[in-house]
Amino acid sequence: MTELTETLPATAAAERVGAHLKARYAAETRFRLYGIVAIVVALSFLAILLFTIISRGYSAFAQTQVEVPITFDAALLNPDGKADVQEALKDADYGAVIRQSLLAKFPDFAGQRQATREVTRIVSTGATDQLRSMVMSNPSLIGQTKEIWLPVEAPVDQLMKGATGRTADQGGNFGAYELTAIDQLKAEGRLHQRFNHWLFTQGDSRQPELAGLRGAIAGSFFTLFVTVLLSFPLGVAAAVYLEEFAPKNKWTDVIEVNINNLAAVPSIVFGLLALEIFLNVFGLPRSSPLVGGLALTLVSLPTIIIAGRVALKAVPPWIREAAFGLGASPLQTVIHHVLPLAMPGILTGTIIGMARAVGETAPLLMIGMVAFIVDMPGSPLEPSTVLPVQVYLWATSPERAFVERTSAAIIVLLVFLAVMNAAAIYLRKKFERRW
Amino acid sequence: MSVISQTLGSVPKVAQDSKVSAQDVNVYYSEKHSLKAVNLEIRSNEVTALIGPSGCGKSTFLRCLNRMNDLIDGARVEGTILLDGEDIYDRIIDVVQLRARIGMVFQKPNPFPKSIFDNVAYGPRIHGLARSAADLEEIVIKSLERAGLFEEVKDRMEEPGTGLSGGQQQRLCIARAIAVSPEVILMDEPCSALDPIATAKVEELIDELRQNFTIVIVTHSMQQAARVSQRTAFFHLGELVEVGDTEQIFTNPQHKLTQGYITGRFG
Repeated sequence: MTELTETLPATAAAERVGAHLKARYAAETRFRLYGIVAIVVALSFLAILLFTIISRGYSAFAQTQVEVPITFDAALLNPDGKADVQEALKDADYGAVIRQSLLAKFPDFAGQRQATREVTRIVSTGATDQLRSMVMSNPSLIGQTKEIWLPVEAPVDQLMKGATGRTADQGGNFGAYELTAIDQLKAEGRLHQRFNHWLFTQGDSRQPELAGLRGAIAGSFFTLFVTVLLSFPLGVAAAVYLEEFAPKNKWTDVIEVNINNLAAVPSIVFGLLALEIFLNVFGLPRSSPLVGGLALTLVSLPTIIIAGRVALKAVPPWIREAAFGLGASPLQTVIHHVLPLAMPGILTGTIIGMARAVGETAPLLMIGMVAFIVDMPGSPLEPSTVLPVQVYLWATSPERAFVERTSAAIIVLLVFLAVMNAAAIYLRKKFERRW
Repeated sequence: MSVISQTLGSVPKVAQDSKVSAQDVNVYYSEKHSLKAVNLEIRSNEVTALIGPSGCGKSTFLRCLNRMNDLIDGARVEGTILLDGEDIYDRIIDVVQLRARIGMVFQKPNPFPKSIFDNVAYGPRIHGLARSAADLEEIVIKSLERAGLFEEVKDRMEEPGTGLSGGQQQRLCIARAIAVSPEVILMDEPCSALDPIATAKVEELIDELRQNFTIVIVTHSMQQAARVSQRTAFFHLGELVEVGDTEQIFTNPQHKLTQGYITGRFG
């Protein structure tokens, strides 16, 4: 009874509750505000990031090209009059073809050595390959004159895009003849920005206008392929064993702690491990996506195992009871009931692991995937580079034109990730049966 | 009541046809001594009800009978449990085979997240009971019929089992259990999550199933024990206090604790 007499009269209590209520509502409003501010800040950082990358990189998807009436002069293409035309075309001097055709546009410069050199500089040296493949696939072009779009050198491209000015202090580096020629070509409507297909059809190059991502994309694809092939089954098997079969004792505790620790190990350490074991001990090919994939498997395994165990733990225990109660063996219980229900979660974990692996650079530097590789890898055993490493390589290149190409490579990498995630979400939805 | 008196008349006090025989069974969960020296005979084609307050060990005892306690880390079972004279804890006994002989229905209806057909077909499939697809279908239909569910679900066999009502789900679980043709069915409070109408249906079903199966049921409801069982065992604090014919337990309990529990003085 003493307790009752000590309590407040009803009116006073109501008053206090009312006063307190205000403070409670204020706290709630404040808390909601913190949340909104946090989200706005996060979103604006993301927006700034995307804006910077896209505004810098979008111009790399276009490349200035010059339309030149190329005369496929038989005297230049087959000077010795070889019977095997293909053989002659293979070794012909296409640089001379371009020079002759281009100079024909500028009769004023005829015979001037400096002017000739400067004008020739406008067209990319890579244009010779384009002409070679054209003529070799269609030898009837010999003797004809045809308007052909050729890529220009990177400095001209940058000038046309407005990234640099005409004078040296504006970042340009052009001779007087060159500028005259550019102006004339522009006035004739022969300079245009067209889709930069080299970005997707070429490997790396020292010349920015010919540098492409195809080698890096193929390398990333092979590397990821090896990683998925190894880390998914290994990760799922480890998670299933630890969660469903392993006895709960000191040893499994130790294993669990160590897997969690591995997830926190800097990835470059895994790179060193891969260097030592896969390259030095097993002698696998250096710079190859196979070794890269193995290194990234080491990096992503802990993530997949941890995510897999969480997903398995989330499967309600009565599913197991029901299956065991019917006389299903532990393996049948896991395969028929537990794993299908845990699959969406396991896939999510794998995607997170793969997304991390695709963006990983450090361990790949250790195993030599940072090399300058022009050739396209045809298999996971050939030397190659990957997208994030390509970004790193281009970012450290001095040429002005690599600035936009670095951002373009980042855009491609982000699209790669987005496509991967979308595919994974689709897969997850397909597996997810909410009954 | 007529059922009970009939049973009383036909079955002698000392059962010869003991299906399951528990002798001096002790269960420990790590350090905790959960079940103490339990001796209990379960007769075939009868319903044996296990009653008692929460934590008295009745579910623990039930789970010893199909070795579900094996799945719990730190659980230890001592003593002997005989199924048709065979020790089920003997090393030569295959626990998978044992659970095919002793089926179980759980407290919460727990159909698999699969179709109604697949739920019932799962047991026969894993045990290889059906020789053909037609054979399997027959088993499924028969099991659903025996569980009194077939008429309600025959047009939607491919729909998820989890889409049924609670009572239907529990009968689906019973159908799933009897599809493997067990000898004994263990039921762990099968009606505690069901409404009175669904409960009545399941109880009716239990009474029918007695013709073909031996049933052990754990229940919190004394009325249910009185309605469905022929024998009742009362557990208290891990000990088997009293076991006898249901009528005798409810009308003339020999032990003070039993009397206190069935009259609602505690529990």
